[in-house]
Amino acid sequence: MAYIAAIDQGTTSSRCIVFDQSGGIVSVAQREHRQIFPRPGWVEHDATEIWTNVQAVVRDALSHASLSFSDIAAFGITNQRETTVVWDKATGEPVHNAIVWQDTRTDALIKQLGDQDRFRERSGLPLATYFSGPKLRWLLDNVDGLRARAERGEVLFGTMDTWLIWNLTGRHVTDVTNASRTMLMNLETLDWDPELVEAMDVPREMLPEIRSSSEVYGSYEGVPVASALGDQQAALFGQTCFEPGEGKCTYGTGAFLLINTGGKPVHSRNGLLTTVGYKIGDEPAAYALEGAVAVTGALVQWFRDKIGLISSAAEIETLARTVDDNGGAYFVPAFSGLFAPHWRSDARGVIAGLTGYISRGHLARAVLEASAWQTREVVDAMNADAVNAHSAADLTTLRVDGGMTANNLLMQFLSDVLDVPVVRPIVAETTCLGAAYAAGLAVGYWSTTDELKANWHKAAEWEPSMEPAARSRGYRKWKKAVERTVGWMDEDDD
Amino acid sequence: MPGPIQSIQRAAEVLKLLAHGGAHQLSVGEIARALDLAKPTVHGILRTLHEVGFVEQEVEGGKYRLGAALFQIGTSYLDGNELRAKALNWSDTLAMRAREAVRIGVMHGKHVLVVHHVFRPDNSRQTLDTGALLPWNATALGKALVAFGEWPDGDLQRFTRHTLNPEQLADSMNEVRDRDWAYDLHELVEGEASVAAPIRDRRGVVVGAVGISGPVERLCDSPDQPPRLELVSYVREAARSVSRELGGLSW
Repeated sequence: MAYIAAIDQGTTSSRCIVFDQSGGIVSVAQREHRQIFPRPGWVEHDATEIWTNVQAVVRDALSHASLSFSDIAAFGITNQRETTVVWDKATGEPVHNAIVWQDTRTDALIKQLGDQDRFRERSGLPLATYFSGPKLRWLLDNVDGLRARAERGEVLFGTMDTWLIWNLTGRHVTDVTNASRTMLMNLETLDWDPELVEAMDVPREMLPEIRSSSEVYGSYEGVPVASALGDQQAALFGQTCFEPGEGKCTYGTGAFLLINTGGKPVHSRNGLLTTVGYKIGDEPAAYALEGAVAVTGALVQWFRDKIGLISSAAEIETLARTVDDNGGAYFVPAFSGLFAPHWRSDARGVIAGLTGYISRGHLARAVLEASAWQTREVVDAMNADAVNAHSAADLTTLRVDGGMTANNLLMQFLSDVLDVPVVRPIVAETTCLGAAYAAGLAVGYWSTTDELKANWHKAAEWEPSMEPAARSRGYRKWKKAVERTVGWMDEDDD
Repeated sequence: MPGPIQSIQRAAEVLKLLAHGGAHQLSVGEIARALDLAKPTVHGILRTLHEVGFVEQEVEGGKYRLGAALFQIGTSYLDGNELRAKALNWSDTLAMRAREAVRIGVMHGKHVLVVHHVFRPDNSRQTLDTGALLPWNATALGKALVAFGEWPDGDLQRFTRHTLNPEQLADSMNEVRDRDWAYDLHELVEGEASVAAPIRDRRGVVVGAVGISGPVERLCDSPDQPPRLELVSYVREAARSVSRELGGLSW
């Protein structure tokens, strides 16, 4: 019996999950990598460490289930998006640590580049520190001699999918979903946009070839490497959201609400991103609207690692349940500025409503509630765009996935503040599942998307039970807390 | 050999009581009443436990709960939320393979507390019952937990004519320990069956149980036969996978 192995190169760790034909998990292996914080607002990863970890988790996942490479029908790849790495074509050595999506060092560059909506029509994205193009430009401007080497074709650029595929197969390619996050790709042509590339002042020679999300790029240890999808798009695929109007919200480091909008890019008037959902081989691409929230699970992790009131992420629920409510405290984790729907890179985090009454239990509540309120903001934006564009359906239930869906208190609160049922599918690891699905389709392990849809089952459902008055009062306070984060950074701040 | 030290026994009783309360906190008076001890005695015990970090108070003079120091050294104490997070992938996979609802339980006083519930994968309308309490004596989860733990005090309720009497139950515990899995057949609800296996932490201590439940006609080959071995093997595999997970990283 053959299996599909998905490699998920995430923000905090790399994982390999082996799936069987029903979408069931056969084996899991995971390794965390270092988060490098050279200065406030800067976040880096060592791309070499990540490649070493990826090789290790593949080996571990196979050995846990006593499998060999010959038992694997294909590898699928999914990855943290926008994180940018440049390496030497001859030696394979990165020229600098990878600059992570959360990194805000390009803040000044973004301001220089001008109006926030300058590239929105072509790229679907607002100018923000989040995307790869400005990060690449920063490397070209700040690493000695890099621009000249790039122009001579000696170095290559890639997001993490590209870095892994290059190491696995020797090919320099990316997929449409990852390319759509560089701010260099034209959403209509699905190719590098000459005007965007020129505006960002990036040598064309260093960019990878843009391919579909589901095709054989090459092979590793004799196994086809057959899919690449940014993690959020992979989760959309794993939740089998193949019809326009279908969508999901994934809770990991951040939270990402994506709605399939079908064969045409839809432009948001409410702070959402237009992005490519997926492209299966030669079929037309499916587009998506995205509400990206930078910090959800990362806040719980921060609470664990930097504040130390809990020793594991799951304990936050235990701590939060020691009290009945947030005691009036609201925590807006604008650690990397605010993403959707605000897009304020000058914002920084606040805890509002502090009084002597607030205990650590209340803070734990506020930490969890922040994930729900931020989701509410992007759901509201999504619904407003649906009204304007007649494109995405009004959300009547929210499909969720990701590790944080294990938190019952959060899932119930999420349902309460959205006032719609929240549904978790039977495989919470939809990111890996999506990469596995796309790879399996490419090699004929699964034949159609209908076959994949039949694997989707509801594993849990939370129904709203909050009083409308409490909901609107909470949302009002949340918005007031958000107002207090913006404009914190000054011109002379580093 | 000297006899048991009474104050340590009492301190242990206090800690057990607080542990069974979960997130709930208890006052000196509540603990004194529950253990039938004088309030000053309980107060003295709590003060000592507080000094070593085994209990703590939200506010000075307020109610007590288990302390952080205890969490760190606790051998069999495992946060139910932690267990759910670690078990998520494996309980999902079990539900898919067995095509039945999955529950994970831990002992909570005299009952089994459901810390995780995965719906039967048929997209039918079901209600999440995480947080519900089940009787231990008539469920596979309860038998799997008690066989490797303490026999809870108190009378055992009879639910159907198939519910085991205490002697039968005591006998069945040996079987559960031998096989390392448990089942119930018509014992809680006529026509329903369940299978469960113990989850162990890195020290080998049973900290929970995972199992499936459903109609006898789906779980068993005939109404008077134990559940099918194929289903048993899925349940045991899930229990092993979660146990392996508990020996690993904390995130």
